[in-house]
Amino acid sequence: MTLLEPELAQRVLKRALRRGGDFAELYVEERTGFALNLDDRRVERPQAGRELGASVRVVQGDSSYFGYVDGLDEGDLLGVADSVAAALRGEARAPETIARVQRADVHPVGRRPEEVEAAAKAEVLRACDESARGTGSDVVQARITYSEARRRVEVFGSDGRAAADDRTRVRLGAQVVARRAERVETGTDTLGGHVGWELLEERPEQVAESAARKALTMLDARDAPTGRLPVVVGNGFGGVLLHEAVGHGLEADAVQKRASVYAGKLGEQLAEPSVIAYDDGRREGEWGSDGIDDEGTPTRRTTVIDDGRLTSYLYDLLRARKDGVESTGNGRRESFRHLPIPRMTNTYFGPGEATREELIGDVRRGLYAISFGGGQVEPATGDFVFGVSEGYLIENGEVTSPVRGATLVGNGLEALRAVDGIASDLEIATGFCGKGGQSVPAGVGQPHVRIRELTVGGTGS
Amino acid sequence: MSRELETTAGRAVEAVLRAGAGDAEAWAEETVSRHVRVYEGDVESLSDAGGRGLGLRAFDDGRVGYAYGTDLSDGGVAELARAARGAAEAADPDDHGGLPDDPGAAPVEGLHSPALGGWSTERKVELALAAERAARARPGVTQVETVVYSDAEARVAMSNSRGFTAGYQSTQAWAYASAFAGEGADLMTGLGLGLARDPDNLDPEAIGTEAAERALALVGARAPETRRCPVVLDTFVAASFVGFIGSMLSAEAVQRGRSLFADKEGEEVANAAFALVDDGTDREGPDSAPFDGEGSSTRRTSLIEEGSLLTFLFDTRTARIAGRGTTGNATRGSYRSPPTVGTTNLVLAAGEATLDRLVEQAGDGLLVTDVAGLHSGVNPVSGTFSVGASGRLIEGGERGTPVRELTIASDLVSMLRAVQAVGSEARWVPFGGSVKAVPLLIGEMSVSGA
Repeated sequence: MTLLEPELAQRVLKRALRRGGDFAELYVEERTGFALNLDDRRVERPQAGRELGASVRVVQGDSSYFGYVDGLDEGDLLGVADSVAAALRGEARAPETIARVQRADVHPVGRRPEEVEAAAKAEVLRACDESARGTGSDVVQARITYSEARRRVEVFGSDGRAAADDRTRVRLGAQVVARRAERVETGTDTLGGHVGWELLEERPEQVAESAARKALTMLDARDAPTGRLPVVVGNGFGGVLLHEAVGHGLEADAVQKRASVYAGKLGEQLAEPSVIAYDDGRREGEWGSDGIDDEGTPTRRTTVIDDGRLTSYLYDLLRARKDGVESTGNGRRESFRHLPIPRMTNTYFGPGEATREELIGDVRRGLYAISFGGGQVEPATGDFVFGVSEGYLIENGEVTSPVRGATLVGNGLEALRAVDGIASDLEIATGFCGKGGQSVPAGVGQPHVRIRELTVGGTGS
Repeated sequence: MSRELETTAGRAVEAVLRAGAGDAEAWAEETVSRHVRVYEGDVESLSDAGGRGLGLRAFDDGRVGYAYGTDLSDGGVAELARAARGAAEAADPDDHGGLPDDPGAAPVEGLHSPALGGWSTERKVELALAAERAARARPGVTQVETVVYSDAEARVAMSNSRGFTAGYQSTQAWAYASAFAGEGADLMTGLGLGLARDPDNLDPEAIGTEAAERALALVGARAPETRRCPVVLDTFVAASFVGFIGSMLSAEAVQRGRSLFADKEGEEVANAAFALVDDGTDREGPDSAPFDGEGSSTRRTSLIEEGSLLTFLFDTRTARIAGRGTTGNATRGSYRSPPTVGTTNLVLAAGEATLDRLVEQAGDGLLVTDVAGLHSGVNPVSGTFSVGASGRLIEGGERGTPVRELTIASDLVSMLRAVQAVGSEARWVPFGGSVKAVPLLIGEMSVSGA
């Protein structure tokens, strides 16, 4: 089933190029979803949504002209094409004939979530709540969130490109609060993928238990140490460090504006030869995966760091054209209301050969940072700051007491250079990445990774 | 104009009732927006867009369901109504839910500026280019990465099954610029911004210059030594903290055990110099409106006065639980989300001292001009925080060595109690929601660096 007839797409593209332009594109999208929460022991806020819309983009040189509209009425689509074209001043050009629509089909969905009764979803939430509260008597509050989303996408280009994708994502999240006397801590965890309901068919409560365990553990935390220390970063969500401190700097828009410390460093040795990193939008069923990107380019695995050397940036069509390379399938957008820009998909360090125990065993005094409350980076400098939401002291090669209030402060280039150990336990976690006012699902991941030395800010000494 | 949207909302309420709900509410929205991004003297992107949508709540036997969509045809609205009614069945019943008892709309003037309509796209592009030129003109600026001009004209209408129908129009225009100074590892960035009801009230030169000056002020920054000292938060940074504090004053966060202010109503939580108001009726406030997300009139609510915590922010549901009235703080981001308790515009009372005077008064300390990772660095329940920052050391009452790669740590209540003086230069900042902020001098905080 198609959202839009290719003949109509052809007419819209022709209208969009009526005053010239190097390239025109019509992006069509249907977004449907359902979400349900449990908070304070009550199932609440059920919400269903359905949006249908399209956008038109005309590119002329380095300038993009863009407009969008709700609905797919022919008159509205031609109207948007007209208003976008009004900004140009050239001669009309004819688009290539639209070929047959290529359907991407790489991420199987076992059981369509919209076919599962809402009551079953509520049951999962209740089971999570009970598990969280059953994890320890100090658990005082739990919020469990469920969401499913489907995006059907069609992209038509004036170069004859016609591609379609059908994306389904399911996600379960838990936030648990634990209290003992005056101490209050929270723990979070999530489970998600480019998959169907099957994701939640096997003990989904473990997400809530894991969140509860984090909160309970942190009740016993002491103040974090400060100073320059070796840091072992946990697998899975620990990869947010790579995402923020390195990945954003590899996005070609930042590189081309010299707003990235990685500009001009292609081919340079940035890390020890054991370090390898990927952006992989094709990894099956992964949270940040799609069949095609939002410009119709098939997703792929791009090796960004190989043997410690910087090997590729991440491109959308526009920036690829400027650098005379192919798009790496990283042109993503939040919805039809947004212009595509270079974005990461699933970004992770490749596995090494060490074990977690070996990485920790060599550290006399350091920090074991398992999860981060989030983080921020300035891509232009690579400077980053991360709050450690679950962290432990490492003393004489052993993980000892939990610490709270730790912050990692550093610089992406320096941290990359200081990676001196990589374990084999690769895991990928689910995140939402914000950039330029657009939020997209992004997978972050890594095996356990050790950084020789980083600045740890905290409240202790 | 918005009459048509009110009719749509009214029709939708009937459709929800026909779908079997006991009560119904519709929120309809129509937005026209323009977005201009310039780079190196040219248009990088130009976006011109219109959108509309509808969000419906179906109430039945204490349950509430929500559905939103973009299809406003009769068939589309009927389908949405059934979706909202169907969604309600998944929820647990709630004794305190339901429509507000006393819906209404406050008279708020000045939300809509007709001047916006008089601006051609070419003039808006020119405004953005002027901001870029101003930033590039400052010696030492090495790059102007982003300059954006944006505006939106919105129409909102609301209707419910208890006979409430109202609507309003508003406009918004804003611009920002991000400039770099220095190169390589010493590169520093600065942000300049302005927001108003229309572009007549944006000053592109000031925006560009602010971006340049903020970046230039940090050139040569290094990590400072660890210390405890007086700290001045500039307007941007004060706004970020105040926004976070505002979110902790939501009655929902309080009732669900997620706020550090939970047991502190009536208590002294700040220095007497510190006063904070939530005002949904301020004519300059970006988030002002006649009614909130569930149709209660907006108002001005004093949250902290002379250092005492006076009240929390309520919607209908949390007010019923607490046995009080709503404060008109059911907020919505758009038709895509159901109402939830939140701040409108937070207004920090201005003091007497200029920023220069606060720096002088600090003597030896730190001026913070940027914080990173505030939301990941603060424990919302205990209020303890440790966040990354950059700025200038204060040496002998003057701005001294630029510093970065440092963290400032304290807890929110200790910080508020340690406020020694409040600055006089108030401005609207879009960080931490919508905040009219002033600089703050904090008596002591812990600063950790290298």
